[in-house]
Amino acid sequence: MNDSVLSCTGLRKRFGDVQAVNGISFRIAAGETYGLLGPNGAGKTTTISIVCGLLEPDAGAVEVAGAPMTTRSVAAKAAIGYVPQDLAIYPDLTAAENLRFFARLYGIPSAQARERVAEVLEVVGLADRGDDQAQTYSGGMKRRLNIGIGLLHRPRLLVLDEPTVGVDPQSRNAILESVERLAGEGMAVLYTTHYMEEAERLCDRIGIVDLGELEAEGTRAELVALVGHHDRVLLQGVGDLDAGAHACAELEAVRAASVRDGAIELIVDNAREVLVELLQTAAAAGVAVGGVEMDEPDLEAVFLHLTGKALRD
Amino acid sequence: MHTALLIAGKDLRQRIRDRSAILLAFVVPFVLAAIFGLTLHDVGNGTVTFSFALVDQDHGPAARAFVANVLAPVEKQGLAHVRTEPTLAQGRKDADSGKVAATFVIPAGFSAAVASGGPAEVRVLGNVDEGIGSLVAHSLAQSYAGGVDGVRVAVAATGPQNPADARRLAALAGAAPRAVTIADVSTTRKELDPGTFYAAGMAVFFLFFTVQFGVVSILDERRDGTLARMFAAPIPRSAVLVGKLLTSVVLGIVSMTVLAFATHFVLGAHWGSPLGVAILIVCGVLAATAVMALVATLAKTPEQAGAWGSMVALVLAMLGGSFFSVAQAGGVIAALSLLTPHAWFLRGLGDLAGGAGAGAVLGPAAAILAFAVVTGGIALTRMGRLIEP
Repeated sequence: MNDSVLSCTGLRKRFGDVQAVNGISFRIAAGETYGLLGPNGAGKTTTISIVCGLLEPDAGAVEVAGAPMTTRSVAAKAAIGYVPQDLAIYPDLTAAENLRFFARLYGIPSAQARERVAEVLEVVGLADRGDDQAQTYSGGMKRRLNIGIGLLHRPRLLVLDEPTVGVDPQSRNAILESVERLAGEGMAVLYTTHYMEEAERLCDRIGIVDLGELEAEGTRAELVALVGHHDRVLLQGVGDLDAGAHACAELEAVRAASVRDGAIELIVDNAREVLVELLQTAAAAGVAVGGVEMDEPDLEAVFLHLTGKALRD
Repeated sequence: MHTALLIAGKDLRQRIRDRSAILLAFVVPFVLAAIFGLTLHDVGNGTVTFSFALVDQDHGPAARAFVANVLAPVEKQGLAHVRTEPTLAQGRKDADSGKVAATFVIPAGFSAAVASGGPAEVRVLGNVDEGIGSLVAHSLAQSYAGGVDGVRVAVAATGPQNPADARRLAALAGAAPRAVTIADVSTTRKELDPGTFYAAGMAVFFLFFTVQFGVVSILDERRDGTLARMFAAPIPRSAVLVGKLLTSVVLGIVSMTVLAFATHFVLGAHWGSPLGVAILIVCGVLAATAVMALVATLAKTPEQAGAWGSMVALVLAMLGGSFFSVAQAGGVIAALSLLTPHAWFLRGLGDLAGGAGAGAVLGPAAAILAFAVVTGGIALTRMGRLIEP
């Protein structure tokens, strides 16, 4: 993949007797959001620390925007916006002062830094509180400032290490929307989380990490396919349900169709992809569909399948 | 260097907002210097006048000798004012009410007891709130008792005599000039007046706390995650260290300079040649920064560094004579005090107080720098662990 913004190859890191990272490799392209999904202690933060040049790996290599990353790299670090898991802000400085300090640290000239600070304050929704000390902010506002610092220098790769831990639902949603918007603007995003819903919502591809190893990676559908399960779709409605079931059974993606308790029950390969076709087929067969239910294997099931344990164990 | 300045600028902004730092760097040392200096300032300048009372129930030659040889000279020098009270009750009332610092009571039969070699005593009734005045009164009485003992020894040494010979000999011995007198042990030109001594002593003592806000804050930043964030930026890690050291040095120099000016203009402290003082301040700040950097490299947490730094600052200040002169202690303590920057700082100021030019502080400054080099050198060998996220 030549347009990779981030390329990690065979990363290994040991702390004493603990092999924190054991041969992890992955790539992220521009505009792609890649999720590292795994329980606490899986090796996500250590991987992030190596990617950001905070730790030297025992083995393996990291390239960011074509530049090799080490703890002394300049070019590679300049291409990354790092948002650590814990709040890393100065509470006794205002949001604007926090942002200005890090902007200057990233080499943004003073005049440009002022403009950029104002822009970022807008982006993270703190424009009206930019001159207040960060210690007066709510937890969610601090989180947004924490993320804002990572955006200052318009990085090619944004690294977010569990950015929503301990955040209220409203702020969490705002953070997820911001990430979606940034990715939409072409920024590559490396996102670690142990929240399955976040990974499913945000990530184009997901790497499942456990005990320092990348167990599997791919799109959500690819990962779900690893489990080998099929989705179940229930079409509730009135009309000729038997005819509807029979018509749907003719579709290639449908594995089984039956009528039960006033509804058509279908077993399909990928419910999200064929749902529209199912509805059209049922309607054409004389069924007025009044409700739809879908049960599909999620990443939790994938994780269970791959590691033999639940994601939050 | 630009990055280091940026970090130092951010740190200084934080320190300015941190009222505890302002208190520790400026207010507390100034207030303590003012308290110590003003309390002892008049004594050191010889301008204080103690009030004493005398109750003479004896009226004999020994009592008259006490008044003439002990009390009269101190009155003449303006150090004391002595009022005579007719009764013990009145003398006690004077002392109890604070009208006088102490009352000397010469009991009836005192002269006879002195002449016969029997037990004799001058009583001192001190006012509890006039500790220094009472001590002075005790010292005066003690000096007279010492003189009486000397006469007795002289008389005894001549062997058995008749009473008339003994009285004559005693009179001669008492009137003779003292063979040995105690002169001021320090040379006048190296003695700091109390106001200056405490201004400088407190300033250099608190300097060690002030510089902590710079170099030790690297541990705060590691705990708070901002150090990792800085290390993720495209800057050399050493710039963070240099920035922190720079913060310490700037804080130290500003705090010492402000205190020097404030104590000079407000408390009347005489620091001496500005250039000499500046040399001493810079060297002192470097030494304080170096030793606190060493403490930071040994500690695992900011709290630990703060506690250890306070202990080191206190021990060095005690040993170095920030609170009281340890040179008088002599022996090992006096020798050990020369291992502290405090002692050399005060010694350098003493040279300046004597009217010497800035060149006079080069020796003390070199000693302080040597301390900085040794402690800073050890710190440098351990600083790698400070720049790990």
